[in-house]
Amino acid sequence: MREIRYLEALTEALREEMRRDPSVVIIGEDVRHSLRGVTKGIIDEFGPDRIFDTPISEAGFTGLATGAAMAGMRPVVEYQINALIFVAFDQLVDQAQKLRYMMGGQGKIPVTYLVVASGARRGLAGQHSDHPYPLLVHMGMKAVMPSTPRDAKGLFKAAIREDDPVVVFAPAALLPVKGAVPEGEYTIPLGQAEVKREGSDLTIIAVGPLVPEALKCAESLASEGIAAEVLDPRSLLPLDRETILASARKTGRVILFDDSNRTCGYAAELSAVIAEEAWDSLRAPIRRITRADVPVPFSPPLEAYVLPSRDRLLEECRQLLTGSRA
Amino acid sequence: MNPTHPLDRDKLIGFYRTMRLIRRFEERVVELVNRDEIPGVTHEYVGQEAVATGVCHALRPDDVITSTHRGHGHILAKGGDPRRMIAELMGKTTGYNLGRGGSMHIADLSLGIYGANGIVGAGSPIACGAALAAKLHGIDRVAVAFFGDGGMNQGVVHEALNLAAIWKLPVIFVCENNGYAISASIKEMAALERLADRAAAYGMPGEWVDGMDVLAVHAATTRAVERVRGGAGPMLLECRTYRFVGHFTAEKARGLKYRTEEEIAEWRKRDPLVIYPAWLRQEGICDPAQVDAEVEALLEEAVAFARQSPFPAPDEALDGMYAVPYPGFPARGW
Ligand SMILES: Cc1ncc(C[n+]2csc(CCOP(=O)(O)OP(=O)(O)O)c2C)c(N)n1
Repeated sequence: MREIRYLEALTEALREEMRRDPSVVIIGEDVRHSLRGVTKGIIDEFGPDRIFDTPISEAGFTGLATGAAMAGMRPVVEYQINALIFVAFDQLVDQAQKLRYMMGGQGKIPVTYLVVASGARRGLAGQHSDHPYPLLVHMGMKAVMPSTPRDAKGLFKAAIREDDPVVVFAPAALLPVKGAVPEGEYTIPLGQAEVKREGSDLTIIAVGPLVPEALKCAESLASEGIAAEVLDPRSLLPLDRETILASARKTGRVILFDDSNRTCGYAAELSAVIAEEAWDSLRAPIRRITRADVPVPFSPPLEAYVLPSRDRLLEECRQLLTGSRA
Repeated sequence: MNPTHPLDRDKLIGFYRTMRLIRRFEERVVELVNRDEIPGVTHEYVGQEAVATGVCHALRPDDVITSTHRGHGHILAKGGDPRRMIAELMGKTTGYNLGRGGSMHIADLSLGIYGANGIVGAGSPIACGAALAAKLHGIDRVAVAFFGDGGMNQGVVHEALNLAAIWKLPVIFVCENNGYAISASIKEMAALERLADRAAAYGMPGEWVDGMDVLAVHAATTRAVERVRGGAGPMLLECRTYRFVGHFTAEKARGLKYRTEEEIAEWRKRDPLVIYPAWLRQEGICDPAQVDAEVEALLEEAVAFARQSPFPAPDEALDGMYAVPYPGFPARGW
């Protein structure tokens, strides 16, 4: 199968959906010149009536997308940096996310929000390094975070076709990564987790950019005779509880590996789901490796300390196995 | 340039020293970014030096500024120490923010610098808050909010303009109109020619000034400061300027192209670091080469200082989050 980059997979998805459905339009900052790379070449094919460069006005264009969607469009909104979710927060969670319900189920709001560089990139400090998915999911917003180019294309396409608002988190760390992507038409439905590697001794549930790290960790563990299963939820809401619970029951040991803040973070939710439903299969306490509860510091040694790392995961996996009840 | 300028010699030389310091600081920073001694990206202020210099030299040391993602110039002009700035850019313990902030977040409260900011427009309401506090404390302090032409379209800036207007806060909103917000031309992003005209909608005066002319910026700001300090309420000052370089350090490498070479060359002809020193020499005010040498020595020392400074220890990362920490908070990640 051909290999393309994660970023290119997103572009392909967008191109295909725009060809398929004339109501798909793009709205965002510097999207014609494609500062982020996803909209590269799109203007040449679709022209200025389908791709809109906005002023720096995230609250404004987010709300505009809601109205356009209610009136029959299918906007894809690109946020230039992860923190712009915060600038647009009211329009996301109080408007787009609540309106249909509050209108008694009238209409639909099919907007896709693309957070193109979610998470930390070296040296960007506190205001450019957040992974704001738990906040949105907490408010009931559908959200996905693909970890491979194949998933990126399939989930982005599914998100664009979904009749509700959906946020697509494309982690900064994964954008340049290459992987196999099928040639033909396909989508990956929301709400389906995937076991990325089978194993019987413990389950690592990794989210987004940490999935490849977890796979590398599982490889090291394999050389020590430990069989780790790596599970990627992919779809953060709706969450595929069944696949997660099945893996937890199978191995009896779970480590959550998540790059959102620890307190009220995504790992806390996953941990609660497993503790509630699969507690009788667990052979050891659930463990979490997350981001620390501080803004990402600028200085490289500080930054490395607050972000979840593969080394830390490896250490915790080993401890979990030696310290667990037989 | 106005040869019968009322300012004294020291002041005029001071303008040049600051502009030269900003220009050379930025050039050094680019070198250090390219050598990977500075992590991440920086947004250089090259071309806009006359604005920060003209504005900040019209302020008192205890006046407050809020800055932007392109903040090095504002901070140097307000008296920031280049040694601690470079140290911060390198992520060292001796940096202004103890390595927590980097290029986009340098702050020095003791100099009235309430922070550069990575979120466009976010500094404006903060400047209003500093102004409100000054008013309530009975101090005749002025606050300046810097933002770009792109920032002028942020909702929060408009909310700040209105707050300042209704409460007659001593704030000067300085819009540095360099024509572009990354690739977006302000001609396409605003339907009016002069952004200063927006002031009328808030019931405050708006003024337009040539941001390539340090004397013009300084004169306009001096008038604004007098008015605002006198309790007459806020004003909006638009400085028309240009950035000669990319939006950020790596722009060229990314192949981003949204301005013509002719346009850049046209503006380069008005480079304040060519025009102004030539004027100083011609008027016999000083030999700019002497200032250049001073600046070079200062920057040399700053880079050496930063290089010699240590990195913070990793487990200090959780320190400083709260003024009042509790055991176990903030939590680490495992
Ligand atoms: C609220 C917000 N939106 C978008 C960005 C991304 N961004 C950073 S700088 C910038 C352009 C700012 O343009 P302008 O205000 O004109 O300042 P200039 O860069 O020209 O100095 C953008 C879009 C951001 N940091 N914050």
